[in-house]
Amino acid sequence: MTVNDAPPRLRRGVAAVLVVALAALLAACGSTSTTTSTTSARASAPVPDRIVSLSAAATEDLFAVGAGHQVVAADEYSTYPADAPRTSLSGFEPNVEAIARYRPDLVVISQDVDNIEGQLAALRIPVLYEPAPANLGGAYAQIIQLGRATGHAAAAAAVVAHMRAQVASIVRSVPRRTPPITVYHELDQTYYSASSNTFIGQLYTLLGLDDIADPAAKAAVYPQLSSEYIIARDPDLIVLADTVCCGQSLRTVAARPGWAHIAAVRDHDVLAVNDSVASEWGPRIVLFLAEVADAVKRVEAQR
Amino acid sequence: MSAQRLPAVRARGLPTLWGLGAGAALVLVLLLALTIGPYPIAAGAIATAALSHVPLLHVHSGLDQLQSAIVWQVRTPRVVLGALVGGMLAVAGSAYQGVFRNPLADPYLLGVSAGAGVGATIVIAYVPHAAAGELLPVAAFLGALCAVACSYALGSSVARAGGTGALILAGVAVAAFMTAIQTFMQQRQAQTLQQVYAWILGGLSGATWHEVALAAPYMLVATAVLVAHRRILDVMSVGDEEAASLGLNVARTRLLIVVAATTGTAAAVAVSGLIGFVGIIVPHTIRLVASSSYRAIVPLSLVVGAAFLVGTDVLARSVLSPAELPIGVVTAFFGAPFFAVVLRRSRWVEL
Repeated sequence: MTVNDAPPRLRRGVAAVLVVALAALLAACGSTSTTTSTTSARASAPVPDRIVSLSAAATEDLFAVGAGHQVVAADEYSTYPADAPRTSLSGFEPNVEAIARYRPDLVVISQDVDNIEGQLAALRIPVLYEPAPANLGGAYAQIIQLGRATGHAAAAAAVVAHMRAQVASIVRSVPRRTPPITVYHELDQTYYSASSNTFIGQLYTLLGLDDIADPAAKAAVYPQLSSEYIIARDPDLIVLADTVCCGQSLRTVAARPGWAHIAAVRDHDVLAVNDSVASEWGPRIVLFLAEVADAVKRVEAQR
Repeated sequence: MSAQRLPAVRARGLPTLWGLGAGAALVLVLLLALTIGPYPIAAGAIATAALSHVPLLHVHSGLDQLQSAIVWQVRTPRVVLGALVGGMLAVAGSAYQGVFRNPLADPYLLGVSAGAGVGATIVIAYVPHAAAGELLPVAAFLGALCAVACSYALGSSVARAGGTGALILAGVAVAAFMTAIQTFMQQRQAQTLQQVYAWILGGLSGATWHEVALAAPYMLVATAVLVAHRRILDVMSVGDEEAASLGLNVARTRLLIVVAATTGTAAAVAVSGLIGFVGIIVPHTIRLVASSSYRAIVPLSLVVGAAFLVGTDVLARSVLSPAELPIGVVTAFFGAPFFAVVLRRSRWVEL
């Protein structure tokens, strides 16, 4: 490597030029930095076979499209599938040298912490940036993009087609009614919730539910509600996404002062889900949607 | 030790008018806080419901079971906890300012907040969730006490005469060390960031009678001790040597006051997180507008601190209702400009 053989000062200069050149290239391509990265990935190696995934959702996507065997390292939260090569790498505090040790030919990130994209680009490591999508459409697009970048475009298209069909059938199976069934999505015991402007909230909208966090969305898309407000709105369905972090369940929720009066608690329409399923956007999201749909049907039956 | 030897100090007691005014403000804020909420319940119905609990008075509560639960199980504990925590932080702040003769002293001066943060983060990050809920306030309480004990041991070993400068610096060092540990653990367990952050922001949104019962005994005893020492604080404010010449065991008295203020603050932090600003601003405002004697500042801090925090909590839950604002944001956002006005309109007196 000529760059490594050069004296330190010159090497720094070369690195700086490289960074500037890459920055200019990125700027020229506008916001689609991912396109640049995949192009350079194809230029160096047609299909990456040393992928490092720093995003749990991306790990799930990669395995779903059949690129699992190309993944050499996944981050500490990539718990699904079980055979993903989970390491101590962190997507929240990424360390460029720790990532480079795996000699990756593609790194997938979901957040650009400490300009990790730029740092990896400086080492000529292609990066695919797949942030949390706003809706299911965004999640499908990421699967397609990951499939194309890893040489599994057809499989990715099939995965997405299958997901679309499943989602459509789930949505069709849920009857609509007026007034709509109300839902409270709980993120933690201090009543942080998710409004319809979030990925998870969009799923409730798909099923025709009325998210009780929506009137608070003017404060934040993930607003903090109060116990009294939740009791006052008397939601028909409660989805607990704080079962792992905070050990919440129908029993603990029913023990909260005044909550025994809430319809969802009274009729046992409290759905306990795994925190991570409800906060990631891989193919398993369809299972979550199906679980919620079943709960909605139970609410309907009780009415 | 008695203040009778200090006629100049005794002349300035609790100004009656300010006392009455503060008491009335507290009652008004409490009533307002009990009647405002996202669940509509008429104030009159709450009043008759309250009267129905008075024996011999045969009044029937007009509230149904749900309304009754909202008023007595949801709103009342939140209001009571707010009053207790606000009063405690303000009294502790005034006591710290008195014993350290430092205008920047607040209840977190010797590392209460950093120590509580370490305790809380350990539980959130490492204790399995089943036990975490019960352990969290206990760990925060112990962490806070531990940090202050370290600060005090370090500070008083340097200056055996009980000088305040060494104590404050020891507090800075211990707090920095504790914060480093807390941040390290929190970053190691990134999935718990949201929970740790929510705890640090503090708030009264999760208040139930359980939290009140847990913390109230410490806060009540601590407040009683500090209020009982209001004359001593006046004596100490003239300086360690002068106070000692009046027969006061300065080091021992300072330790007692710090222990009381710390225990009470630790209990408050354990159940409501880190609520800033109350402990430093409320005593100063009273000093600026009402009286510079601790005989007035300490009891007035109790009442005004309680009213201030209950009032800001009403704002925190109604400004963007039904969303809740972090109460620390509200205390500073409305408190700071108010204090700026007070500061400009009065003559500053050095502590």
